[in-house]
Amino acid sequence: MTLSLADIIPFLLLAARWTLLLSAIAFIGGASGALLLLLWRYGAPRTGRRATAIYIQLLQGTPLLLQLFLVFFGLPLLGVEVSPLAAASIALTLYASAFLAEIWRGCVDAIPLGQWDASASLGMNFVTQMRYIILPQSLKIAIPPTVGFLVQLLKSTALASIVGFNELTRSGQIVANATFKPFLIYALVALIYFAMCYPLTLGSRALERRMRITR
Amino acid sequence: MPDTQMPNAQMPDAPMIQMINVNKWYGNFQVLKDISLNVAKGERVVICGPSGSGKSTAIRCINRLEQHQTGQILVEGVELTDQVKNIDHVRREVGMVFQQFNLFPHLTVLDNLTLAPRRVRKQSRADTEAQAMHYLERVKIAEQAHKYPSQLSGGQQQRVAIARALCMEPHILLFDEPTSALDPEMIKEVLDVMVSLAEDHMTMICVTHEMGFAKTVADKVIFMDHGQIIEVAPPAAFFSTPKHERTRLFLSQVLKH
Repeated sequence: MTLSLADIIPFLLLAARWTLLLSAIAFIGGASGALLLLLWRYGAPRTGRRATAIYIQLLQGTPLLLQLFLVFFGLPLLGVEVSPLAAASIALTLYASAFLAEIWRGCVDAIPLGQWDASASLGMNFVTQMRYIILPQSLKIAIPPTVGFLVQLLKSTALASIVGFNELTRSGQIVANATFKPFLIYALVALIYFAMCYPLTLGSRALERRMRITR
Repeated sequence: MPDTQMPNAQMPDAPMIQMINVNKWYGNFQVLKDISLNVAKGERVVICGPSGSGKSTAIRCINRLEQHQTGQILVEGVELTDQVKNIDHVRREVGMVFQQFNLFPHLTVLDNLTLAPRRVRKQSRADTEAQAMHYLERVKIAEQAHKYPSQLSGGQQQRVAIARALCMEPHILLFDEPTSALDPEMIKEVLDVMVSLAEDHMTMICVTHEMGFAKTVADKVIFMDHGQIIEVAPPAAFFSTPKHERTRLFLSQVLKH
């Protein structure tokens, strides 16, 4: 049996949908988690500063592949069966929340302390300060590093192939094994990853430009 | 007297601000030593002293941007403790103007003024905008309402900052070296606004090196050094017959030029 490119490319593109889905889940989940970590850190510094630092260090200090294994093999030990997609989603969400929380912490810390003083002196409570003063200003500096991380996250979803989730990389492996043309196939796979990441970078630049004008 | 029926009622002549033996340390370094100070309603107080003498820290304790460790601070009879309710209450009644203006750079001048009244006092947009325009006219800058802070000069920014504080209708205004970051030709426009507030008997505490301002409007001048209040006197006596050697030394240095 020989597979033509006309068969291979649609097969890979269909698999790329799963890569996009997994990236979206991890990014949305991770961003929500990171926002909660951020609010905890600044809203209740006595406990939050320490606790979020430990969480971030644990997740940044261990390989993503191992986090994936721990979720995939660990949850069944606790009696929770997880599909490869669920395991990959959980692991990538935790991973993304730690990195985004750390990136955004830097962006919040970059806001001059006078902004906190002024808003506090006007009687604003923490949530109001965050919502109207600190986060809107942090957002602008957060865009480039956040998109940079999103690109990295999208590429990291390739690791989910190892627990048997059928995303782009694993589909590439399957096709490569069937066709005996690994170089061609993996080059195609790389091209598809690039085609997904490049627009993100372009979008980020456009967004930055727009925010510079509205300032 | 309706006042006496209120739960937190004060004596008619009770001070607006009372600091009683306030001490504060940064680590082992004591920044405030036994500060005691009363400010009456309508009183205008100027605090001066060399840099690092604790004067900014002292007024930042009054709206709890800094926490004191021992002693008591009462604002309109409400004691400042860890209780968030008290802190919120005091901050709503005490406005502050900063050396670096600290306007919100992502908001227009008008939004800078209306944000807190809308989100803290829960007033309507229309009400707060009318009020904001009123105070912008008062600081003579109404025509800049739709600009961003970065488009204004330093003196204009500081006048916006004063208007922003006024929009919360505070009973007390704190000024933390409001003219120190300004070019010389802009100092006057800010001082003019401060003088007009003082003439309206706003209760105000100003940390400043502007001795001319102290002479013309202050009811009393406080000299601080090394975290202590060294001397308190009405301006006439303070400038003509300072009692303490350190005050004389300081005055000879600031009044020289």
